[in-house]
Amino acid sequence: MNIIIEISYLVSSIFFIFGIKMMSSPKTARKGNFISAVGMLIAIIVTLLDKHILSFEWIVIGLIIGSLIGAIMAFKTPMTGMPQMVGVLNGFGGGASTLVALSEFYRLSGNIPTQTGIAIVASLLIGGVTFTGSMIAFGKLQGIVTGKVVKYPFQHPLNLILLIATITAGVVIVINPTLSWLVLAITFVSLLLGVLLVLPIGGADMPVAISLLNSYSGMAGATTGFVLQNNELIIAGSLVGASGIILTQIMCKAMNRSLMNVVLGGWASAGTVQTASTTSAKGQVKSVDSEELAMIFDSAESVIIVPGYGMAVAQAQHAVRDLVNVLEFKGKKVRFAIHPVAGRMPGHMNVLLAEAQVSYDKLLAMEDINDDFPNIDVALVIGANDVVNPAARHDKSSPIYGMPILNVDYAKTVVINKRSMNAGYAGIENELFFYPNALMYFGDAKEAVNKLVQELKQL
Amino acid sequence: MESVSLIMLIYVFVLAIFVGFELISKVPPILHTPLMSGSNAISGITIVGALLAAGAEEFTISTILGFIAVVFAMINVVGGYLVTDRMLKMFKKK
Repeated sequence: MNIIIEISYLVSSIFFIFGIKMMSSPKTARKGNFISAVGMLIAIIVTLLDKHILSFEWIVIGLIIGSLIGAIMAFKTPMTGMPQMVGVLNGFGGGASTLVALSEFYRLSGNIPTQTGIAIVASLLIGGVTFTGSMIAFGKLQGIVTGKVVKYPFQHPLNLILLIATITAGVVIVINPTLSWLVLAITFVSLLLGVLLVLPIGGADMPVAISLLNSYSGMAGATTGFVLQNNELIIAGSLVGASGIILTQIMCKAMNRSLMNVVLGGWASAGTVQTASTTSAKGQVKSVDSEELAMIFDSAESVIIVPGYGMAVAQAQHAVRDLVNVLEFKGKKVRFAIHPVAGRMPGHMNVLLAEAQVSYDKLLAMEDINDDFPNIDVALVIGANDVVNPAARHDKSSPIYGMPILNVDYAKTVVINKRSMNAGYAGIENELFFYPNALMYFGDAKEAVNKLVQELKQL
Repeated sequence: MESVSLIMLIYVFVLAIFVGFELISKVPPILHTPLMSGSNAISGITIVGALLAAGAEEFTISTILGFIAVVFAMINVVGGYLVTDRMLKMFKKK
C-alpha cells in the first residue's frame, strides 16, 4: 500500500512538471493546466487512502467549503481584479502551511526530532509572513489599504529585531519542543512581520510584491514537505518558489529597481519630483481631435498600440479591439507592444486584451518589438505613461532613469491618449508629450477610442 | 528522521528548484499571469499535509487546525486551477 502511495505522489509530481512545461506556449497552456490539476487530484485521492486518515466527516466538510469558496472566487473575479485574486490565493497557501505546521507540532506533543522542529519553525515563519503579507497586498490592490508608501518609526530596526527574535525563539523550540506558548509567539510575530513588511511597499511596486509572495507561498509548501518528509510537497513547493523568484526578477529588471530597494519600501523621490515650472520650459503640447486623428491613422500603414493599466481602468479594451478591427479592415498592420510592468501583475495586460478577443499573436513583449518603432507610422499610447517616458534613457535626475522603456518616440508620429496632463502612477512628469512628433489626444480612453473608430469608419 | 533521509529530501529540494528555473524561464511573458495563478494552485499541494492533519481519529486542537488548513488549501487549489483555466481559454489566435 505504502509503495503505491509513494509512486502515486511521484506520478503527481511529474504531472505538475509537465503541466508547467506546457505553459511555454498559449497553444498547449490550457491542456497543461488541466494536466497539473489531474496531478493534484491524484495527490488528494491517494492521501485520502493513507492509513493515518481515520475520520472523514471534517475532511469532507472542509473540502466542500474550500472548493465552493475557491470556485466562486474563480468565476466572480473580473480580469482587472486578477492581481487581488492571486494575492489572496498566495495568502491561503501560506496560511495552510502555517496551520499544518502548528497542527503537526501539537500532534507530536513535545516529542519532535530536531530536523522536524527546524522545518516547523521555518513553515510558521514563511507561511505566516505569506498569509498576512498577501492579505495586505490584496487590501492595497483593492483600495482597502492605502496604496501609498507607509512609513513607520524604526521600520528596518524593528523588522530586524522581530526576525532575530523569531529565529532565536525557533532555536529554543527546537532544543525544547515542549514550550508550546513559544510556538504561538512565533506564529504571532510571523503574522505581524507579514503586515509590517508589505505595508511600506507602494502601490506601483505591487507587481513585485505579488510575485515575491507567490514565491514565498511555494517555499512555505516546500518547508511543509520537510515537516511531513513528503517529497511531492518539496517538489511542488520548489517549482512554485522558483517561478515566483523568476517573475520577481523580471519585474525588478523592468523597473530598474533592486529587490532590496522594493522590499525596503518606497520610490524615494516619487511625488516630490519636477514642478510645473520645469514643464512649461519644455514648450507647448500639440493636441489633436478625433477627426484629424482618423486622417492620420487612415494614411498610416503600420500601427503599434501601447496599452497601460489606464486602459483597463477606463474599460477601453473592447473599444481598442474595435479600433484594431477597423484598422485591419483598412489593410493596416496593427500590433501591441506590452511592457513587462504594464498592468498590475506580470502578464496582466495580455489577459485583459485576450478577454477583449484580441488575437494573442498581436501581443508582443518589449524586447520583441522595441526595435521596430523607427519603421512605424503611428504609435498609439493608451493609459500608459512612465513606461514610455524617454527621460528614463537620458535624464539622470529622473527617478525612473535606467528603466527599460518602449521606444514610442522613435515612431514617425506618437499619439498619447490621456484624460489630462496629470503625471503617471509614479508621479513623474513625461517629456514625451512635448516632443515635436507627439500629439495629445485628450479624453476618457473608452470614449476617445470609440470616437476615433466612428471617424475611421466614415472615411 | 535520520540524516540519510534528510539528505535525500534536500537533494529533491535542490534539484526541483533547478527544474523549476529551467521550466519557468521558458514561459513567455504573455502567459505570466496564468502561470502565476496556475503555479499558485500547485502550491496548494499543502492540501496533502492538511488532510493528514485533519484526519486523525480523536478530535483535538491538531485536527481543528488541520480542518481549517483543508479549507485554506482547497480554496487555493480549486480557485487557482479554475481561474487559470478561465484565463487560458480566452487566449485565441485568429
